[in-house]
Amino acid sequence: MTPDLDPMILAIFLPLFGAIAAFMLPRAAALIGLVTLAMTTGAVFWLAQRVLASGAVIVPLGGWGAPLGIDLRADGLSVAMLLLTSAVGFLVSVAALDSLKGADQARQRQYFWPLWLLLLTGMNGVYLSTDIFNLYVMIEVIALAAVGLTVLSGTKAALRAGLEYMYASILGALLFLMGVGFVYMQAGRLDFAGLIAAEPSAAMSAALALMIVGLLLKTALFPLHFWLPAAHANATAPASALLSGLVVKAALYIFLRLTTYMPLPDEILITLIGALGAGAVLWGGLQALRAERLKLLVAWSTVVQIGLIFIAFARAGQVGLAESWKAAALLILAHGVAKAAMFLAAGRIKDEIGHDRIRDLDRAPVRPTLAQFTFALAAISLIGLPPSLGFIGKWSLMEGAMAAGYWHWVAITMIGTFMSVAYFSRVLSAFLRFDRVRAPVGEHQGWALADAAPLTLALTAIGLGLMAAPILRFIEIGYPFGAAL
Amino acid sequence: MMDAPLLPLFILMTSLLAAPILFALPERSARLRTGINLSMAALKVALVGWLSLKVSQGVIYDLRFEMLPGLEFKLQADPLAILFIALSAVLWLITTVYSVGYLEHGPHRARFFGFFSLCVAATVGIAMSGNLFTFLLFYELLTLATYPLVIHRGDVFFFIDWGIYVIYTLAGGLVLLLGTLGLWVLAGTTDFVPGGVLADVVAETPLAAKLLFVVLIGALGVKAALFPFHAWLPIAMVAPAPVSALLHAVAVVKAGAFGIMRVVYEVFGIETAQALGVTVPLAVLAGITIIYGSLRAITQDDIKKRLAYSTVSQVSYITLGVALASPIAAIGALAHLIHQGLMKITMFMAAGNLAEGLGVKRVSQMDGVGRAMPGTMLAFSLAALGMIGLPPLAGFVSKWYLAQGGLEAGQDWVIALLLGSSLLNAIYFLPMLHRAWFCDAAAQRDGAPGRPRIGWMLAAPPITTAVLVLVAGGFANAPFSPLEWTRFIVAIEYQE
Repeated sequence: MTPDLDPMILAIFLPLFGAIAAFMLPRAAALIGLVTLAMTTGAVFWLAQRVLASGAVIVPLGGWGAPLGIDLRADGLSVAMLLLTSAVGFLVSVAALDSLKGADQARQRQYFWPLWLLLLTGMNGVYLSTDIFNLYVMIEVIALAAVGLTVLSGTKAALRAGLEYMYASILGALLFLMGVGFVYMQAGRLDFAGLIAAEPSAAMSAALALMIVGLLLKTALFPLHFWLPAAHANATAPASALLSGLVVKAALYIFLRLTTYMPLPDEILITLIGALGAGAVLWGGLQALRAERLKLLVAWSTVVQIGLIFIAFARAGQVGLAESWKAAALLILAHGVAKAAMFLAAGRIKDEIGHDRIRDLDRAPVRPTLAQFTFALAAISLIGLPPSLGFIGKWSLMEGAMAAGYWHWVAITMIGTFMSVAYFSRVLSAFLRFDRVRAPVGEHQGWALADAAPLTLALTAIGLGLMAAPILRFIEIGYPFGAAL
Repeated sequence: MMDAPLLPLFILMTSLLAAPILFALPERSARLRTGINLSMAALKVALVGWLSLKVSQGVIYDLRFEMLPGLEFKLQADPLAILFIALSAVLWLITTVYSVGYLEHGPHRARFFGFFSLCVAATVGIAMSGNLFTFLLFYELLTLATYPLVIHRGDVFFFIDWGIYVIYTLAGGLVLLLGTLGLWVLAGTTDFVPGGVLADVVAETPLAAKLLFVVLIGALGVKAALFPFHAWLPIAMVAPAPVSALLHAVAVVKAGAFGIMRVVYEVFGIETAQALGVTVPLAVLAGITIIYGSLRAITQDDIKKRLAYSTVSQVSYITLGVALASPIAAIGALAHLIHQGLMKITMFMAAGNLAEGLGVKRVSQMDGVGRAMPGTMLAFSLAALGMIGLPPLAGFVSKWYLAQGGLEAGQDWVIALLLGSSLLNAIYFLPMLHRAWFCDAAAQRDGAPGRPRIGWMLAAPPITTAVLVLVAGGFANAPFSPLEWTRFIVAIEYQE
């Protein structure tokens, strides 16, 4: 193996160099951004091919292996997350070209690309890391870039939301770092293999608890979601798409890895996490029903979906944990694609109509048909209607819960689905309604290139459902969920 | 003739691929849109004809695609599927002609025809589903594709009831998801197999099997407008006439009835279901729905609402025939799937013509419309008499077999039920015919225009379907008539 030109190294360092270049050359930032994204996506595909051919791949950075040096490791799950990140990221970038083209958006253009590429560096780093200190560094990088993207629009609301987001992020990272310290004092090593080998003790449990709370704060699981709706609703559309579709997944992914290597000591804790997920589904659903703005509704739906993913984690208790994570992984992928599509579509609708007040959407004489269609397709996946990937994820969730006899998780999922129908149809019925329009209607405004990226994403979210079986097989390469029992 | 194993897929694609093209066409290219619509519909009729010929020769079509480990997307073309596809293909063609005429200058036609095609694709998918999982996929697609069609006009009043409509239909879909999952967990398969897949489960845990039956039938009962889940259907009558026609004749209520058939015959198996003791309650529920729907129909003044309640009643004949668990009743049920479709589509298209040509929307305005629109009203009258069950019209044939089946199954109350229902049918249909043909128009519409102007595209379809009603009843014993095909199916389902 040649460590000097490895797809894993490329996947982390290409965006980093891209970020620096885009910062130095603001005029060419968009071009640099797109080229970097394309190259990173290429590297990830290269990596995917390698993993597909020969299973999990490990690269020791600088030739030093763990526990002394830093290992990068790619298995099916991490490559799936990388693919999600770079493919969705590429399409969001294409959409960003259009939505940031305004004359008054020069400053946004200047900072969007470096921040986004930095974010990509952090996320790719998370998905390839094999030790928890490295993970800590990467989540700090992500936090830095993500807060920057949140406040990019420069409005007062965005600044306030960004500040809140930053506090939450710092607190979460701090808790995580404390946990890392505990682990180091106890076990003397920080790599995943060391975590597995470590003797279970009270201090290790405390460390796990600290790290998990930090991660839950970052991934915005109820009741630690307080920062998310405002942050995601007030950012510019491409930034929201990245934050909601991709960024929260990084912390979720770390949670997955941690609980695989340091299993939760008690079934009650699993149930507790599922219960928090249930709280997210119910509370987020209620808030989405009450939301007055389109983007706020979409942001609350993210809270719901995060909750759902944690219910998937808890759906069959300790016995079926490995299977549960597969269901959760499907939901993570489904939400990533569909939510990015939905935020971009919501942004397009807001741009075309001029506002995003839900109650007045049906008064608008202008109807961005294609963006509305995209929104509807994304909603189908998020509600979990067939044949979308969201449906397959929900199916796996409920199937496992039913087989284990955990009917409460089935019930909560059904209630959540019902609520999502209710809040999305607030928007969708407004799209179809014309009786409150006072001006002559100009429907079917033809094609806009700006709709292509979100539409592609939404169609992907629907179409991936048909490929669920190969996706599952791919994710399992290298046994990310532990060896099959 | 060459053999094409992908034929079922092609049939599905004729309408599924038409949808995105129709969405993309600009509003003004009406001629191109009509061309695509009609040629796809005609192509589908031809392909279905070919398919039914092949299936009658014993060719087996079975397409599979793995969606999740062990869980397959599966299309099959068994005789039961053919029955339903043939109905939908023929009626799609006729309704397409009608809708082109009906919406000639209406708004949002691209959207309308796109969703219309999706709706038909979903129906065809439902017909050809080889397992309950695939059935579920298309069932949900059908639910989604019908919303935009139903509220096509965007009437203000409708949005008051919109919530009820959405809740009923989507809740039905979600409960079906629950039932499908339950079947998958209990039986380890969701395949449709003549004779059923649940015999072992019923023997081991009859309670779970009973619960599953209730969940599945409850979910499908929403679409089949089974009492007490019927409330959405009269609300949906605000839809444009061609949509109502398709909704009541093929797409939605029939999807529910067809699903009930699949569940009773091929998930539980008729013998297993009988042993479980769930068929008699289902038959009684169907009986209640038949009477209830008719009673409500009598008091409706709005023509389409009266027809809607009549559908509630008539579709339950199908469920009744399935639940009676006798082969002869099954023949009646299957034949009624076709016959009711032909009759009801005729009536809804005729009602649409009355509204378009004369502005008549209420029964009380129907005085003398027979003289104003003789062709349309003749078709309407034929269908109405068929519904009442007058020989030799199609409705008589189904009722005859249902009654015989009731006797065979030892459920004598069915005879009384059918007679009572026919009486009620007569009570709500005959006054309409009386007004149309024997009352004077002058008292009602002062200053009405002379002859109403409706194009041939509106006038011809109901007449065509009315002729089919006559033919299906009069030549019930001819080869390839619905009745003959039905006997073929029943022989398979009862494994004779």
